[in-house]
Amino acid sequence: MDLSRLKRIDDYSWTVPLSAGEQRAPVVMYGTKGLLASMDDKVLEQVSNVARLPGLVGASMTMPDAHWGYGFPIGGVAAFDAERGGIISAGGVGFDISCGIRCPRTNLTLEQIAPHMHDLADGLYRDIPAGVGEEGEIHLTPAEIDEVLSGGAEWAVHRGFGHIGDLEFVEERGRMPGAEPWQVSDLAKKRQRGEMGTLGSGNHYLEVQVVERIYDAAAARAFGLSRGQVIVCIHCGSRGLGHQIGTEYLLSMAKAAARLGIDLPDRELACAPIASPEGQHYLGAMRAGINCALANRQILTHLTRQVFERRLAGAVLETLYDVSHNTCKAEQHLVDGEDRPLYVHRKGATRALGPGHPALAEAYREVGQPVIIGGSMGTGSYVLAGTAESEKRAWSSASHGAGRAMSRHQALKRWQGRKLVDELAAHGILIRTRSMRGVAEEAPGAYKDVDEVAEATERAGLARRVAFLVPRACVKG
Amino acid sequence: MAAAIVVLGTERSGEIMRGSRKRENAGMTSAEPTGRSLAARSVGYFDHDADIGIIGRGATAEAAMEQAAAALFGIVVDIASVRPLKRLEFTFEESDVEFALVTWLNRLLAESRSEGLVPGSFRLGRTGSTWRGECWGEPWRPGLERGVEVKGATLTMLAIEHLGGGWEARCVVDV
Repeated sequence: MDLSRLKRIDDYSWTVPLSAGEQRAPVVMYGTKGLLASMDDKVLEQVSNVARLPGLVGASMTMPDAHWGYGFPIGGVAAFDAERGGIISAGGVGFDISCGIRCPRTNLTLEQIAPHMHDLADGLYRDIPAGVGEEGEIHLTPAEIDEVLSGGAEWAVHRGFGHIGDLEFVEERGRMPGAEPWQVSDLAKKRQRGEMGTLGSGNHYLEVQVVERIYDAAAARAFGLSRGQVIVCIHCGSRGLGHQIGTEYLLSMAKAAARLGIDLPDRELACAPIASPEGQHYLGAMRAGINCALANRQILTHLTRQVFERRLAGAVLETLYDVSHNTCKAEQHLVDGEDRPLYVHRKGATRALGPGHPALAEAYREVGQPVIIGGSMGTGSYVLAGTAESEKRAWSSASHGAGRAMSRHQALKRWQGRKLVDELAAHGILIRTRSMRGVAEEAPGAYKDVDEVAEATERAGLARRVAFLVPRACVKG
Repeated sequence: MAAAIVVLGTERSGEIMRGSRKRENAGMTSAEPTGRSLAARSVGYFDHDADIGIIGRGATAEAAMEQAAAALFGIVVDIASVRPLKRLEFTFEESDVEFALVTWLNRLLAESRSEGLVPGSFRLGRTGSTWRGECWGEPWRPGLERGVEVKGATLTMLAIEHLGGGWEARCVVDV
């Protein structure tokens, strides 16, 4: 990115000055100079375009892991006020609605699982449907799909997939209110028939990780984390149903924009006023997609538990947290001293509620919401905690991953999947995959430095680091 | 939205070229095509940070859109290895040709997944604003090398253009 177009606010936040005659809301980009320099110029263009959308409150923002998306940048955060003509955007949520990370913590240490690691990796690979074309064993009727779309993870628990205690540590307590399954097309529901309880592919994964470093002892205690402990991270979303909702509404919003009086700077920013029928229909469908993702990750958590319990006597997996990073949520935020309802788009960005927030589980209320920054399969991931400062900095939002540093095409030219799998195995990281192409595209070197992203997230005041986790086994979709 | 029709055991006899390239030798390029080389480079890709840009080229807009489908499913599978054992057909209405490209690709993704089919060859026809799409393929089997799932076609970098000797269809797909 051409940094000459940016103006430094402080070491970890930057703005884009208005050019002559330009009319838009402010832009704030969080990150180090190095992280911003490594971003494509398209990120700047996209975050500036979002700043032109109607009803934006505050600034159009990017997190330190931002990269070029479609419409909104990935790592983008933008809040809109429905009463002031604010919009909701299908592209601002993304196709993989409520893509996120479920993080179960175990009562096991690396020493305990090390002798079983190959068997564990093989078991997870066999029992967790992953990769393109894979189907799960759960095939639902149309009526059952509607129940999933209304009930989310709560539905899954009632069907025997997991424990009621899991729900306490899932955003929205596992069930997104306001879902309207009737706003989801039959084709979307049909596409989901064989996809409940599947991981998907691309950047989706299931990793067995170990806590290597603790940054914040008090928060780690509250999160139940200690050095050497085995953790699982499950990264996936709403599968085909969410993808279908996204594609259908993106197109219908693009067609309706002119009729709805919205002058789009780019049609990929397709959106509708929140208060319009089109906006309300999407909101109902998108919330149904969130429930689909929450149910999916709950089922995958259950399958993961079974794999551990069958191999390791006494193994207990408890949900640390489940965060979504492709959403638009109605939240109360302080605007000019007034508590107002805003629709916060987080596309490739994680909600990061600070200490004391009423939406937090009692166990985490003093330390803030767990935030998970998923890294690449060769480096590591971070658990952070939301800060009070993040509320005024970014509507309580933080980074969601390392963020890509190069395209999939470039990665394919540089790495070979088989060779990478062997190299990672030599470093004690077992990869199980059906797609060597997928491994090459997801090579650790194709991602930004996750340490720099996590540190920048902390220094920018968006969330503070609690623990660093290193991968030991990865089922790659 | 018209329902898809699935026909079993129907090999296509068609005149339209099946995707025949190997994924790993896909001639990935962002170079602009010339009329002379259009046939030789009917499928291509261009860079996007997180996702993948696809390009289809052909003598007509419809042919370019068919090749865009070949480019998209070339990310998913080695389409040259896919046997045309099952046919799937659907229609849709769209007056905007660029939106038709997005609809065509997304319907292919949704319909093929819903029917448990991985497609390897494609045909698209148009009468006014009515489009009729077909694809041929087979269920996933062990011999088919798996690539990466495509979530959907986006409006990003979306274009259908007449370039000298033929047409080019392109957009970014979300993976």
